[in-house]
Amino acid sequence: MGNSYKYISVDVDGFVALVELRRHQAHNALNLELMEELVAELERLDVDDDVRCTVLTGSMRAFAAGADISEMVDATAVEMKLRNQFRCWDRIRWLRKPLIAAVNGYALGGGCELAMACDIIVAGENAKFGQPEVNLGVMPGAGGTQRLVRAVGKARAMEILLLGEPITAEEALQFGLINRVVPSELCVQEALGIAQVISSKAPLAVQLIKESVGKAYDSTLQDGMEYERNCFYLLCGSQDKTEGMRAFMEKRQPFFQGR
Amino acid sequence: MDTSIRVEQRDTVAVISLNRPDKLNAFTPEMQRALQDVLTGIERNEEIRAVVLTGEGRAFCAGQDLESIQHHPDLNYGEVLKQGYNPLILKLTRLDKPVIAAINGVAAGAGVSLALACDFRIASERASLIQSFVNIGLIPDSGSTWLLPRIIGLTKAIEVMFLGEKISAVDAAQMGLIHRTCPPEQLLSEALALAERLGKLPTKAIGMTKRAIYQGLGNTLEQSLAYEAQLQALAGRTDDHQEGLRAFFEKRTPEYQGR
Repeated sequence: MGNSYKYISVDVDGFVALVELRRHQAHNALNLELMEELVAELERLDVDDDVRCTVLTGSMRAFAAGADISEMVDATAVEMKLRNQFRCWDRIRWLRKPLIAAVNGYALGGGCELAMACDIIVAGENAKFGQPEVNLGVMPGAGGTQRLVRAVGKARAMEILLLGEPITAEEALQFGLINRVVPSELCVQEALGIAQVISSKAPLAVQLIKESVGKAYDSTLQDGMEYERNCFYLLCGSQDKTEGMRAFMEKRQPFFQGR
Repeated sequence: MDTSIRVEQRDTVAVISLNRPDKLNAFTPEMQRALQDVLTGIERNEEIRAVVLTGEGRAFCAGQDLESIQHHPDLNYGEVLKQGYNPLILKLTRLDKPVIAAINGVAAGAGVSLALACDFRIASERASLIQSFVNIGLIPDSGSTWLLPRIIGLTKAIEVMFLGEKISAVDAAQMGLIHRTCPPEQLLSEALALAERLGKLPTKAIGMTKRAIYQGLGNTLEQSLAYEAQLQALAGRTDDHQEGLRAFFEKRTPEYQGR
């Protein structure tokens, strides 16, 4: 298993992987090395047939408190461009399997963007979400202005981005930024429970649903509908469709194999 | 060194004293900060399983120090509340340990709110409470408009807050505003006895009960049922629950460790 990482740990149980950010003394500030490790591992899990869903979490104090400011404080624009700071972030959106964020404590800046890059977000009651970049004279660079506005709408996104003040888990739930709030001690367990349910579904259907929902962001309704329909037809060619529909008729649990 | 708050640990009980007796323990910003810090320390100290909050001298707490605002005509009261009082009230209601207000003398304005945010209120027969805000043209703050109707009902709460009359400890006990009265010289020992009793209870369960109660005040029945199920899952994993079960079957008194 890929447990030789410096900043993350990985634990696979059944079809579900749990990836934990472990740069705790820095409140899981996302430096380049951590992001490289994380995305490499997520890509590895994405092609592992024995894994169907991944939960990503941090510590009780911080999911991830942001980017690593010390890496950027002296960098010029040209250096930042050459460094291509966010190159591995873009790869997260190409992952085919669902990713669930289990957020306790701070999810700020890059931490909030990382959570938003996941498909489902479960938060502990103590979680705080925010994009405080404006306080440092910059702005989000890994999707903060784009994903947030799609998640919560323009009015709320503007407020969060322009004031730079964090919001509570309860507010994030009301705004539609996250899916569930649970007592912090139960956050990871809740996310793992969701992951288990998802991994009991037909893997190909799960992947194409994720892909189609993603399409809803990037295309016209007509194109998205077309895409959805073709994905639906494609699934009709899968063994899992035959098994799923037969099990339904026979009133028994289906056994899906991802084919 | 700020001396406006004194704290003393007696076994599993922390005794906090508001300590500006010459000013009837009226709040200053320094005193609020000191009280916040003391509560944070108590929150993190696993040894402490119950808290007593009382005042030095003849008053419990006279609320905001009016002298300190008299010479600041531009002071924004909203900010004073947001920065100082509101976090304090939230801290008290969210503290996962029982808090007893030992009301030794007059409690006025925010001093009443402070007592309302505690879980138990015992008062000296000589004490009195006054929702004095209206008498200087202000509205009850620091949680009073939310807490008081929930504690004594809407009818009484409106009377108390509109008329701003002094309420004797005996009358306060009668209307359910406080739990009970006792002779002045016995107040501290009564409060300590109750705290010691509370300090022997399964502290985690008590803390979660408190969470569920406060959360429940804003919840639907469905939400509270779900929240209870989550917290019970946690309570079921505590050492104290195991001890409670063992003691029940062994027909003896349980000895809870607060874990």
